[in-house]
Amino acid sequence: MTFTIATSVDDALAAMAGGARPVAGGSDLVVGARHGKAPLPDSLVAIDRLSELATIGHVDGRLRIGALATHAQLMEDPRVIASATGLADACALVGSPSTRNVGTIGGNVMNSSPAMDTGAPLLVLGADVELRSSTATRTLPIAELWTGPGRTVATADELCTAIVLPAARPRSGSAYVRLEYRRAMEIAVVGAGASVGLDEDGTIASISVALSAVAPTIIAVTGLDALVGRAIDDAVLVSLAEAAAAQATPISDLRATDGYRRHCVGVMARRAVEAAWRRALGENIAVPVNRALGIGAAR
Amino acid sequence: MSANNENVNVQLRVNGVDYPVTIGHGRNLVSVLRTEIGLTGTKEGCDDCECGACMVLLDGQPVNSCSYLAAQAEGRSITTVEGVMDGADLHPLQQNLLDAGGVQCGFCTPGMIISATALLARTPAPSEEEIRIGLSGNLCRCTGYTKIIEAVARTAAETAVPTSTLGR
Repeated sequence: MTFTIATSVDDALAAMAGGARPVAGGSDLVVGARHGKAPLPDSLVAIDRLSELATIGHVDGRLRIGALATHAQLMEDPRVIASATGLADACALVGSPSTRNVGTIGGNVMNSSPAMDTGAPLLVLGADVELRSSTATRTLPIAELWTGPGRTVATADELCTAIVLPAARPRSGSAYVRLEYRRAMEIAVVGAGASVGLDEDGTIASISVALSAVAPTIIAVTGLDALVGRAIDDAVLVSLAEAAAAQATPISDLRATDGYRRHCVGVMARRAVEAAWRRALGENIAVPVNRALGIGAAR
Repeated sequence: MSANNENVNVQLRVNGVDYPVTIGHGRNLVSVLRTEIGLTGTKEGCDDCECGACMVLLDGQPVNSCSYLAAQAEGRSITTVEGVMDGADLHPLQQNLLDAGGVQCGFCTPGMIISATALLARTPAPSEEEIRIGLSGNLCRCTGYTKIIEAVARTAAETAVPTSTLGR
């Protein structure tokens, strides 16, 4: 039963080895505890002052995002907007200014909500997650991190310390869009992230799509490799929308029925790919795509 | 929930004044501000990080104090609505809210003032869209927002907000 404020990453990892749970902004942990979702852990270590985990920068050509980078920071970071635009789209949609000020990328990823906004763009961008404990550091593809709602492969003593993105290929673009009923303090009804890379002749060199809020975790749409080499046209967009809808396994809840989610996630997948494609062609679509293109809730 | 009763001694700097408090480590900031320190301007609304009635500035940034651990705020600068006033004088934004009819029941008003103050400090001449985004974490069930937005726009037009009151 302790509360400590860590002054170094090693401090935090030692506390976690002793059973403490990390708290950064608290926007999932504290709200969850106050609503009986999960009691506040007996032992907490505050990690929000570890400035070494809040930096964003290029390391060996890859964009390394410290786990404490906030949504507010990421949505405006020029390096993120330039090479991971879909992630900026997602961060700009999270909550409100105040939640974006405290909410961190590490917390969002490790909270493992199937409806998280940052997950789909990170998956299509090929992100790796760095997990550190007092004894070891490992890096794994983000696709291998999530095992279910609120569950990850991380052990209790492992802290997410960074998200690492591969260098963006030339003529590529990414985007994240979501269906929403209001413009703030919203959770994705469904969402889709897309990353598109083009060959010099404009045909598809690479394409990936991931979906939010239609499965127990964020999922990647499979089978899209068949589209490589084709020009993006209506037939391609229809087929990938159908693939997204077919691979979704949504639930019905107070925000939408399963059938509505299944239909709309196809629409969102198509729109995410269209926006990513336009960005790959060099068009400057402002972050977030939801506002720039009028997707989601009208005012 | 014994953990939440585990007492820690912390010193909170609120509106430029240091307050030593002994609190359970699970206590949220809004409850400590209201019951230990006695600053009741900050309201608890939804207790779910949704409504913004509990908004305070933490090192100049708006934060929902219902979902922020008080113990975690040690060493940071906290500004509540009480700290926005200039001595006995209302902040121009407060006066404009009154003049524009942006206050009805008043429960959301402290949070609105905090969010708007932070917005104007960062964006002294915001567009209507920027005002709406700046206030998007604050719910008002009375006014329909139009008069609140008008008050913020009027404040921006009248004067640059004195950032010295922001507790930075």
